[in-house]
Amino acid sequence: MLKKRVIPCLDVRNGRVTKGVKFKNNVDLGDPVEMAVGYSDGGADELVFYDITASAERRPIDIGMVEAVAKAVRIPFAVGGGISCLADMERVILAGAEKISVNSLAVRNPSIISEGAAAFGRQCIVLGMDPVKSGKCPSGYEITTRGFREFTGMDAVEWAKRAADLGAGEIVVNSVDADGTRQGFELNLTRMIAEAVNVPVVASGGAGCPEHLVTVFRDAKADAAIVAGMIHSGEYSIAEIKRVMHEAGVPARMSY
Amino acid sequence: MIAIVDYKAGNLTSVKNAFDAIGADTVVTRDPDAILRAERVVFPGVGAAKSAMENLGSLGLVDVVRRAAESKPFLGICLGMQILFEHTEEDGGVDLLGILPGRVRRFPEGADKVPQIGWNDVVADDPREFVKSGEEYYFVHSYYVEKNPCTVAVSSYAGLEFTAAVRRGDLFATQFHPEKSGKLGLQLLRAFLNTPADGRRQSC
Repeated sequence: MLKKRVIPCLDVRNGRVTKGVKFKNNVDLGDPVEMAVGYSDGGADELVFYDITASAERRPIDIGMVEAVAKAVRIPFAVGGGISCLADMERVILAGAEKISVNSLAVRNPSIISEGAAAFGRQCIVLGMDPVKSGKCPSGYEITTRGFREFTGMDAVEWAKRAADLGAGEIVVNSVDADGTRQGFELNLTRMIAEAVNVPVVASGGAGCPEHLVTVFRDAKADAAIVAGMIHSGEYSIAEIKRVMHEAGVPARMSY
Repeated sequence: MIAIVDYKAGNLTSVKNAFDAIGADTVVTRDPDAILRAERVVFPGVGAAKSAMENLGSLGLVDVVRRAAESKPFLGICLGMQILFEHTEEDGGVDLLGILPGRVRRFPEGADKVPQIGWNDVVADDPREFVKSGEEYYFVHSYYVEKNPCTVAVSSYAGLEFTAAVRRGDLFATQFHPEKSGKLGLQLLRAFLNTPADGRRQSC
């Protein structure tokens, strides 16, 4: 049986992993490669790195970091931030990443999804989205871009369907409302999107304890879930999360 | 020396990195002589079957891969496993190398999301097999090889059992990605490296 994936997220700022709340107040957590190895050995099923300063500084993603991670870990990982064209995607893939996550870029230029899928296969193209609760959209959730700074007027569920049709192989739903709160995932939003598309959906934002993952897998039909603060702080380990999942009957990868 | 065949079917960085991690001496190449001279050959592949077959043809590698698969320790990975079989439904139907008996089909829609992406457990009848029964490996695929006489391990998805790994003598192939399957994947690559060449190609 296919396992539900637990994916640590590492936000990289100037070559260091940081963690902020609602995209603000960042604290230094450590070296990206060391942390990647630690989580990989500890049972992470996959990793995701966001080069969160690349876009703002209008520079390409840190390829040296991608290469170093690819040499150090033997599990899949995705990279996002600082991707502005197909050539950027190709550099990231050749450096050894399995997946490229596009977010604001895809809102500005949706055809990058189909172009990326045609060039590298749809399994390589991940659509990241940052929806926020909003009365302006039919689903009740509106897509924001540039780290919650801009509202787009786009409906989150419609955008997920369109991105899957364009060739996105996976959709990461990062709730702006839940992000950094550690109060649990946005279940309603995650479930709506998981039911609307036929590609895997990754829940993101709000994980604070292992039970939150059990809930999002069992009740919101997520295929994978992103964890950050709850493990970066040392409060929980991946092994504890897996154990709780396993005991709750959620399929988890237990041998690593 | 181990040749990793580069036929423009996906990125080979991860495969090379994984062999580097276990200290194996590899070269990524599309040179027919280098492939035929190598002691062992790794045949990866990600992407579409049709363009992969066309690339093998235009690079003059169809017979080279066939000879390598029939004469030396050989490891096919993902699309590199599927291409060893006879025919695939992908791209409206494509004839493959036909080194192994069997067909490649698309996962049915409806039961589960397609592609399958993630860690799935495999079941092998023989506990000594190069794939460890009951353990999890990393899969990314929309098409699968039907069970066939060379199947040594199966996995389940979309309501059916499919071929997770095949073996015929020192010819190995996996649907999953050992290079991305953590320590178990490295164990498998080591087992491949340590398998003596048997030079025989009997039927499964």
